[in-house]
Amino acid sequence: MTVVTEVRRPANGAPSQGRRRRGGDHGAWFLVLPALIPILVLSVGPLLYGVLLAFTDAQSGRTEPTRWIGGLNFRDLAQDTLFWESFRIGLVWAVGVTVPQFLLALGLALLLNQKLRLRWLARALAIVPWAMPEVVVGIMWRLVYSPDAGILNESLRDLGLGDGRDWLSGLGTALPAVIVVGVWAGMPQTTVALLAGLQNTPRELHEAAALDGAGAWRRFRTVTWPALRPVALAITALNFIWNFNSFALVYVLTNGGPGGRTRLPMLFAYEEAFRYGQFGYAAAMGCVMVAVISVLLALFLVGRLKGGDEA
Amino acid sequence: MRTRTGARIGQYAALLAYLLFLALPFLWLISTAFKPPRELGSLHPTWIPENPTLDNFRQAFDEQPLLRAAGNSLLAAVCAAVVAVLIATPMAYVMARHRTRLARAATGWVVVSQAFPFVLVIIPLFLVLKNLRLINSLPGLVTVYVVWALPFALWMLVGYVRAVPAELEEAAAVDGAGRLRTLVSVTAPLLAPGIVATALFAFITAWNEFFFALVLLKSPEKQTLPVILTHFIGAEGVADLGPLAAAAFLATLPSLVVFAVIQRRITGGMLAGAVKG
Repeated sequence: MTVVTEVRRPANGAPSQGRRRRGGDHGAWFLVLPALIPILVLSVGPLLYGVLLAFTDAQSGRTEPTRWIGGLNFRDLAQDTLFWESFRIGLVWAVGVTVPQFLLALGLALLLNQKLRLRWLARALAIVPWAMPEVVVGIMWRLVYSPDAGILNESLRDLGLGDGRDWLSGLGTALPAVIVVGVWAGMPQTTVALLAGLQNTPRELHEAAALDGAGAWRRFRTVTWPALRPVALAITALNFIWNFNSFALVYVLTNGGPGGRTRLPMLFAYEEAFRYGQFGYAAAMGCVMVAVISVLLALFLVGRLKGGDEA
Repeated sequence: MRTRTGARIGQYAALLAYLLFLALPFLWLISTAFKPPRELGSLHPTWIPENPTLDNFRQAFDEQPLLRAAGNSLLAAVCAAVVAVLIATPMAYVMARHRTRLARAATGWVVVSQAFPFVLVIIPLFLVLKNLRLINSLPGLVTVYVVWALPFALWMLVGYVRAVPAELEEAAAVDGAGRLRTLVSVTAPLLAPGIVATALFAFITAWNEFFFALVLLKSPEKQTLPVILTHFIGAEGVADLGPLAAAAFLATLPSLVVFAVIQRRITGGMLAGAVKG
C-alpha cells in the first residue's frame, strides 16, 4: 500500500522550501489559482451567501425584492415542531447508523487482518456497497424489503417466523429498516479505513504481548486500540457527519414516509427549499444543522481525546 | 490447541456472516432483474429465477430513456473528473510542498467542506447558477461536480505528491530546469498513477451522484442515470420491480468495474492524506 511510502519529509528539506517560497511566490499563485477561484466562487462564496440567506425572506419565483428579516426565520424554526421532530429522527438515524457501522466494520477489519481463507472474497465484496450509486442501494433494498416479492419476508416465512410485514411502510419498522440499509452502505468504507489503520500497528508488539501471555482482548486493548485510535476517531466523526447529511438513500427508500417517520433533516430542508420554494427558511435549517453538528462533534472529539490521555 | 481451532471456527463463522450480509442484497437485485413477471408476482419468490429472461432489460429501455441518461451521466462524470484533476493537481502540489498560510487555509477548507450539509450550499448555488443561466444544463452540473469533488481530490493528491521525493525536484532545479519544466517532466510522470486514481474516483462520485442532479436538472432529456432510475418508482411508491432491478443493475456496472480497478489506490490515497493530517 502507498501508506508505507508516506514518510514525513526530513528536516533538511526545510531550507530549500524557504528559499523557494521567497523566490517564486507568483509561481505558486499560478498553480493555485485554477482551483482557488472555483473554490472561492462556488464553495466558500455560496456558503457565506447561504448563511446570509438564512436572515432573509428569500423565496423562489417571487417578484418583490428579498428583504432582511433578521432572526425571524430562526424564531419560526424554534417553534417548528415538525422540524425538531425531523431533527430528532436525524440524530437517531445518524447515531443508529454510525455506531453499528463502526462496530461491524471493526469486527470485519480485525477478521480481514487475520490470515483467513476467503479474505479476498470479503475484500472484493466490500467494494460493492461502496461503489454502488446510493440510488441503486435504495432500490436494491426496496426489493429486499418488498412485502410480497421480497426475500426478507420469504426467508422469515421459510424459517417459520411469521408472515413478515411491509417493513418500509410500517410506522414502527421504517426507521430501523432504513438504518440497516445505512449501515450496509457505509460499512465497507469504514472497514477499509480501519483495516489500513490495523496494518500500521506494530506486529512485534503483538507478538511480544502474546509471549507475555496476554489474551486476545488484552492484546486488542493495549496494543491494537491505541494504534488504531486516531483512524477510528477520524472515520467515526466523518461517518457521523456524512450520515447526518445523507439524502439519496432515504429519498429512494421511503421519501421520508410513512407519516414523516424517516424524514431526515436533509429531506425536510430539500422539500422546504425546492418544493415550497422557501429558500430563506431552508437556509436557516441548514445553519442550525451545521451548528448542532459542530457542537456535538466538538464534544465527542474533546471527550475522546481527553480519554486518550488517561488510558 | 483446541481453543485455537475453536477460535478459528468462530472467525470463519463470523466471516461467513459478513459475506452473506454484504452479498445477499446484491444477489437478490441480480436475481430480480432476470425474473419474468409471473415469478415476480409469486408469493414464494426464489433465489434463482426458474425461467430467467432478458425481458426486464428490454422493458427498462422501453420505459425510460436509459441510454440518453447514461450518456448524460457519462459526459458529466468524465468532464467533472478531468477538470477536477486538472485544477486540483497543481494546487495539491503547492499544498504538499509549501507550508504557506494559503496551503493551511486550503487544508482547513477541505476538512470544513465535509461538514456542511448540501442544502446550505445548494440553495445559494442554485441562485447563482440561475443567474448564470446554468440551471437545467449539464455544464452547470459539471461545475458543481468539480467543486464537489475537489476536497477529496486535493486530499488524495496531496498524499501522492508527498510520496514523491522533493530531492528529485531539487536535482532537476540544480540541472537548470524551471519550475514548470520540473513539474511537467519530473513530478507529473511519478504522480501519474495517483492522478489517474483520483480522476477515476471523481468519475465514480459524479456518476453516482443524485442530489445535485435532482435539484439542478429539470427536463427529462438532460437528467442523469440516478435521477431517471427514481422515475421507475411511481408516485405512490409502487414500482415495476423487474425493469427497476434490471436498470439499477446496469447502472451499477460502470462504478463497479472502475472501482475494482482503483480500490487499492483509493485505500492508500485516503490514508496517505490521513496519516499526515
